Amino acid sequence: MIENLIQRLLSTHKFPGGVHPPQHKAESISVGSVKTEIPARLILPLHQHIGEPAEPIVAVGDKVLKGQRIAKANGYVSAAIHAPTSGTVSDISDYPIPHPSGLNAPCIVIETDGEDKWGERLAVQDWKKLDASALRNIIRDAGIVGLGGAGFPSFIKLNPGASKQIDTLILNGVECEPYITCDDFIMRERSGEIMLGITIMRHALNAKECIITVEENKPEAFQAMTMMAKETSGVKVMSVPTIYPHGSEKQLVQAVTGKEVPANGLTTQIGIVCHNVATAAAVYRAVYQGEPLISRYVTVTGSGVKQAKNIRALMGTPMSELIKQCDGEPASLSRVIMGGPMMGYAMQTDQVPVIKTTNCIIACTAEDVVSEPAVMPCIRCGACAEVCPVSLLPQQLYWHAKSRDHDKAQEFNLFDCIECGCCSYVCPSKIPLVQYYRHAKGEIWADEREKALADIARGRHEFRQTRIEREAAEKAERHRKKKEALAASKKKAAAITATDGKTAAENSGNKNTAIDDAIAKAKAKRLQQGHAHEKAAPENTAGKNKTETSDS
Amino acid sequence: MLSAILALSALALAFGLILGFAAVYFKVEGDPLVEQIDSLLPQTQCGQCTFPGCKPYATAIAAGEADINQCPPGGEATIQALADLLGVEPKELNPENGEESVKAVAIINEETCIGCTRCIQACPVDAILGAAKQMHTVIGPECTGCKLCIEPCPVVDCITMVPIEADISEWNWPFPTGDVALAKLAQNSEPVTEPAKQSA
Repeated sequence: MIENLIQRLLSTHKFPGGVHPPQHKAESISVGSVKTEIPARLILPLHQHIGEPAEPIVAVGDKVLKGQRIAKANGYVSAAIHAPTSGTVSDISDYPIPHPSGLNAPCIVIETDGEDKWGERLAVQDWKKLDASALRNIIRDAGIVGLGGAGFPSFIKLNPGASKQIDTLILNGVECEPYITCDDFIMRERSGEIMLGITIMRHALNAKECIITVEENKPEAFQAMTMMAKETSGVKVMSVPTIYPHGSEKQLVQAVTGKEVPANGLTTQIGIVCHNVATAAAVYRAVYQGEPLISRYVTVTGSGVKQAKNIRALMGTPMSELIKQCDGEPASLSRVIMGGPMMGYAMQTDQVPVIKTTNCIIACTAEDVVSEPAVMPCIRCGACAEVCPVSLLPQQLYWHAKSRDHDKAQEFNLFDCIECGCCSYVCPSKIPLVQYYRHAKGEIWADEREKALADIARGRHEFRQTRIEREAAEKAERHRKKKEALAASKKKAAAITATDGKTAAENSGNKNTAIDDAIAKAKAKRLQQGHAHEKAAPENTAGKNKTETSDS
Repeated sequence: MLSAILALSALALAFGLILGFAAVYFKVEGDPLVEQIDSLLPQTQCGQCTFPGCKPYATAIAAGEADINQCPPGGEATIQALADLLGVEPKELNPENGEESVKAVAIINEETCIGCTRCIQACPVDAILGAAKQMHTVIGPECTGCKLCIEPCPVVDCITMVPIEADISEWNWPFPTGDVALAKLAQNSEPVTEPAKQSA
């Protein structure tokens, strides 16, 4: 305790800004975590992570076993998906998924058989013999993504590149968002697994030291981790002050090491890698037990449930099932939120499944969702700038985002915004600032996509134009050559006729007499009919002229 | 007097030479304004602006022969961007050129396609694949939605324009309308369950 106090006094590092929203963590820590009941149906979205959606490798009607891979990673930044229990694939089509858009997306649906029968498991006990690349492959095949909320494939974060030396692995057990206690519980209950996971991660990264960070409001978790860390050299447990958003990667790095991550950069650039504590436990299970990522700790809380608690839920479990397991009545809820109140978002239905990034479900009743006072104009109080953990000027960003002046917004470093919501939280005018920034970011990305498409279209159109021109030129060239060839052959023919001039002249003479005869006959006929008397005369002369010219 | 005239003549000659060299060595190929305008146009090559493609329209705008409000696929955003670039007032889209519509791609009904290749010849971006008396198909991602293939098609309802559906990967947060329920929940100073547990 005293040691901790000294450590805190000595540590001068801190990130700027931050807020202290009401914790609301007490509700869900009164009982220990419970294992979920297996629901009748699991809905597994193909897109549960950052990157490309997974690609199904099972068909409707297939029997699957627990832990069996049912969708493979599609490309480098992607993650595989596994069957959380045994059963039958009943459908592969679009279902509602947890996403702020409320849109449906492709999912694999499994009707569970209740047997929970494991498929083949490949446990590696002597992983120390494996090199970093082989370890990363195990972690990739297990479909492990960052369990803190963003869901970035973990094996990529364990691959800093050959040229980069990683000094510090930071384990993130901060969990700064209100209501959420799932990381608290995994640290209390699985500290041993986390520690072994850390050893594997350090081996893969070749990291010298490891710092486990726990916020001050989790003394039990801090205790448990300290007990475990005692036996391992190079691992330090650090208690960090309770302030939101301490759990955000870049802010945590700044607070722990005093180093700032460069704008648009990654923590690896300054020799640091950050992983969530739950990810470490998942890595342990994947390597030691051959268990892919098929379940996770989920905090189910809010006024809509009678007993808030942490559930070790299977991926794909509909949220309504978990709310029922906490004595909540899904039908009476006015809103279900995934994630914390600061960065979470509302679900369009309580039927959406738990996915790899679901850390918390907040069941809200009508009294929670009070209608908001109207948004008032910005009074330039500057409260938002004081709390911004990235030292941005939220007010300026707001003006530019509101007037859709994207260039100006980018000048004010829009893309350094971590969307933590501190500015919206303190705004006395209740302006939904973060929503403006999110919208502006989306618009800029959409513009970039459209620009790329337009460039492709321009390229294709220009290529087509040049092709058409080339074809026309080639055609003209062919024509010219043909003409030349024709002229040459005519010349040849003329030369032949010149040698045999007499016959040619006779022939043409005969021909001309024949034509004259025909014309005369026609003239006579017309005269007989008494038509076009005057017209016939010039025709006659014309005919004569023609004959003359051809004669000459 | 003479020295002044000589000095000025020498200066004139020197600058004349510099300008002459600059004109030859720093010559800009093409009109950069046309390129700039062209880069703002949506490149559908649909011809609704009455010019045969985006580049000719850009050339016409640069020459002052066309107005900036003749591009329906670009719509309001393109008019605004052109107005900003050229320093003129933005105006409403000219209804004579058409209306701004949702983005769509052409789909060929492969059952009814007779393989006449007319749509292939009409497509300005070579996005239709096929050969004479063989079924044709549109390469979806390359289609600009210009509709130029519909008119030459001799079969009724063979080519249709299908609007692009909202995709989850391209979805964007809506422009705020004032709902801040989430911030409200975080700010809610009343504990959600019993106050006794809250203090624990």
